[in-house]
Amino acid sequence: MSTETVEKEVKKESEALLSKRRRGLINDPLSDDNPITIQVLGICSALAVTTQMKPTLVMSIAVIFVVVFANLSISLMRKLIPGRVRIIVQLAVIATLVTLVNEVLKAFAFDMYKELSVFVGLIITNCIVMGRLEAYAMGNKPYDSILDGLGNGLGYAWIILAVAFFRELFGSGAIFGYKVFEAIGFSSEGWVGFDYQANGIMVTPVGAFFILGLIIWVQRTKTGYVEH
Amino acid sequence: MRQSNLYVILFSVILTVVLGGLLAATSQGLAPFQKKSVELDTKKQILGAVMTLDDDADILAVYDEVIESEVVDYQGNVITKDEEGEPLIAENVSIEKQYKLDPKDRLYPVFKFMGENGGETVESYILPVYGSGLWDSIWGFVALDTEGKQIKGAVFSHAGETPGLGARITEPEVQARYKGKELYNEQGELVSVEMLKGENNPESKLDAHHVDGMSGATITGDGVDAMLKKYFSYYQPYFEKQGPTATL
Repeated sequence: MSTETVEKEVKKESEALLSKRRRGLINDPLSDDNPITIQVLGICSALAVTTQMKPTLVMSIAVIFVVVFANLSISLMRKLIPGRVRIIVQLAVIATLVTLVNEVLKAFAFDMYKELSVFVGLIITNCIVMGRLEAYAMGNKPYDSILDGLGNGLGYAWIILAVAFFRELFGSGAIFGYKVFEAIGFSSEGWVGFDYQANGIMVTPVGAFFILGLIIWVQRTKTGYVEH
Repeated sequence: MRQSNLYVILFSVILTVVLGGLLAATSQGLAPFQKKSVELDTKKQILGAVMTLDDDADILAVYDEVIESEVVDYQGNVITKDEEGEPLIAENVSIEKQYKLDPKDRLYPVFKFMGENGGETVESYILPVYGSGLWDSIWGFVALDTEGKQIKGAVFSHAGETPGLGARITEPEVQARYKGKELYNEQGELVSVEMLKGENNPESKLDAHHVDGMSGATITGDGVDAMLKKYFSYYQPYFEKQGPTATL
């Protein structure tokens, strides 16, 4: 008798597919709890791959894929994983997913594979992925873990895409390889009468630091976040 | 139970088998596509040494039209059959595998560029080169004039050079520095082409045997120097056999 009442209390009403809490799982990492600008994780790849939009987009998709599926797999196994080897298990799952991404790139996007191979491999050591597995997927249900992975993946993606946008625009005068400045008249034939002078510092990782710093500045002014 | 040694070992074994199986299956399944990608990329690099390609160009069709290939040995003799008597195809010779053999036992592919519209006469000879950079292998294709004395174009690639430093050998801007450089000095000795240390060297230093360096990538540059000099010497006998002009 008593056990029945307990069970009834535990059994909650089924949650909406995209309830407020679940929307928060995706929305929070986009801004208030962003993995790059707030948690300051995954900085190395944010500096390395962001000279151009195209490789950055591929890298974003790769990270989102890895973090979502790693979260899902670990969450499904969370009750089976022995505590003493959990980090190694997480690593094995991440490494497998990363290798899959790398193999697929090699087969279908060889140019991207050549350009990104090193960095795709380094997703394994991207603290965002490990961090989500250890902090979230080990203790939460699969569906929530997918949302959490998606949120953090997107949070990472939009920051590096924003950095890449400014770096390619000012560093190469282009967006996705399309010469923007030339198109609006910055050339010897156009109305400006001279070529756009590419900003060399934007091509180097230093440029990424500047842009990242500016994004963090703007974001923290808006959200009022203070580091303790 | 979840903490017992037996459970931990069993769990690890099962996980390894499952993940390993998954990777093996993927690798097997994607192998044909990857092989195609590698072939396409190699042909793109070979063509890149002599012509600029449009993004949407049909690489394989262009390649078949403008390139004729053959395989030569260390003495510069053209060989058409391998040890088992099978016909040798230059495109199938793995430079990486040949590199592990003694230079005297290697096969040396030669790609002859017959002009952009695929004429009858050779316009330039494209040679594969292979060597070591700072972290890993580097390789490339160098186009020489018909006498094998002047560089008409070069492309380089690498496995793991530092992005922004040594990896810059893949940039067209760096590769263009090799255009027009001479392999032989006035005495007719092979001196090859060397990359200077540092970048933006004065014009006076950039003679027929030197190109401007890549700042921060001296060791990769040294690797390129060594690779070029070695392979030019390997192909020397071939050009000497090409006719009297080449031996002058």
